[in-house]
Amino acid sequence: MPPLLDVQDLTVVFDGARQVTAVDRVSLQIASGETLGVVGESGSGKSVTAFSILRLVQPPGRIVRGRVMFEGRDLLRLSEPEMREVRGARISLIFQEPMTALNPVMRVGDQIAEALTVHGMADSRDARARAVELLDAVRIADPARRVRDYPHQLSGGMRQRVMIAIALACRPPLIIADEPTTALDVTIQAQVLELLRELKERFQLALMLITHDFGVIAEMADRVVVMYRGQVVEDGPVRQILRAPVHPYTRSLLAAVPGMK
Amino acid sequence: MAALLEVRRLVKHFARKQGLFARPSIVRAVDDVSFIVEEGEMFGLVGESGSGKSTTGRCILRLIEPTSGEVLFRGENVLGFSAARLRQARRDMQIVFQDPYSSLNPRMRVGRIVEEPLVIHGLGSRAERRARAEELFELVGLERDHLQRYPHEFSGGQRQRIGIARALALNPALIVADEAVSALDVSIQAQVVKLLLDLQQRLKLTYLFIAHDLRLVENICSRVAVMYLGKIVETGETASLFRQPTHPYTRALLSAIPTLDPDAVRQRIELDPASFDREAPLRQIAAGHWAAI
Repeated sequence: MPPLLDVQDLTVVFDGARQVTAVDRVSLQIASGETLGVVGESGSGKSVTAFSILRLVQPPGRIVRGRVMFEGRDLLRLSEPEMREVRGARISLIFQEPMTALNPVMRVGDQIAEALTVHGMADSRDARARAVELLDAVRIADPARRVRDYPHQLSGGMRQRVMIAIALACRPPLIIADEPTTALDVTIQAQVLELLRELKERFQLALMLITHDFGVIAEMADRVVVMYRGQVVEDGPVRQILRAPVHPYTRSLLAAVPGMK
Repeated sequence: MAALLEVRRLVKHFARKQGLFARPSIVRAVDDVSFIVEEGEMFGLVGESGSGKSTTGRCILRLIEPTSGEVLFRGENVLGFSAARLRQARRDMQIVFQDPYSSLNPRMRVGRIVEEPLVIHGLGSRAERRARAEELFELVGLERDHLQRYPHEFSGGQRQRIGIARALALNPALIVADEAVSALDVSIQAQVVKLLLDLQQRLKLTYLFIAHDLRLVENICSRVAVMYLGKIVETGETASLFRQPTHPYTRALLSAIPTLDPDAVRQRIELDPASFDREAPLRQIAAGHWAAI
């Protein structure tokens, strides 16, 4: 069976006085139901890779090479309207900072419902009912009341749960999560990771989890891709990467984690 | 060892306005906090957002005025100091902030940023200040040729070194490091931590290391205090506290940290706020180890 997502040779440059290759011939695969951890430091190209998969890179950035095979099609060759049918419906994205990703003047229930109606997955009445179910699925207490809340009325952890509910709304087979717990306190992070694990099982999701934190990788990932300066320097099962890293960069990165001797 | 800093029953309340006519509610950001930092040690103050750890740090330096309590620096109460005396005391107590992007003036050359504390305190001639800036730059592992540059020409880790150089300019005894390495990538973080430890040895510095990263604190601090909702819930020798976490909050916090072992059995402890008394005093549970239970 071919992988759910198969990125080949993806290359993204940023034009300027000096052209910068942010993503350099990156290849990676994600199987259905699998969690792929993408780890690297700032500037490693991990977020640009994720944005490029959804063709969300803004100028001066542009994709100059590669293929992004997903459900039998090369996403890089789709028209913009076709691409809009993929985003949110077949692949959705969770960001680090839920306060900036959510609309501050729209009730959270309406934001979840919108994700469904935009993709024609429900009419507006059904969508409202589904919003309550989705808030319940992400373990928000009293969901029938909470759908009427605005983002500022929720804590950081709850906002991230709302983001996850929106991402789940159309039941996509793949979710890309870009540092989903980095802005959260460690006790809240633990709850959100637990929730992601549970939802993955329940909805048979594949997850591309972008993080700088090897602890999150160890807890969540089946396989790991290590990025450094736009390139994939190591790719393998999580146990192999954490216990017997081969690339010197992976080794130095692991050695720098507090508590690793 | 002698106490360099002693915080006694520190309280900081903020009034939060609820509405035009409603009575303001009181937020007890720091709620009766006491601890001692000994000369030459790195003392960790840890907690999650809203725990009051940063407010405590700022009250110690009187960057914000505490509501009540005492802050004894070398036995003298900083909170009783006049403006002039406080200014003098600040030479001995410096702070390094979290964000190396917003804490350096983007329009100033970094040489001037590092010299500024000397200018403010009227120390040295122009040439002496320049020489001191060069010396400080080398001390923190930067090149003296780069003193002419602006902050944006440096990476995050280098900027944090500049912030440290500025904090060291007046030869302080105490550095309050407020999440000083939290914003840095892990490999850069390791280098800056190494610099802080190296400076501790060379300059006989004392640190109040405020952080949310318990693993980091476990590795570098001799003693630690865990804050939760404005109170210290557990404190003691780092080794003892991590070996035998006792307060329900400390246990929940430690259990929430992801481990690097993919096969580790996760035993997450959820915090049940009803399981402890918020007003319980600290009680000794082992040699050099107290918990509020």
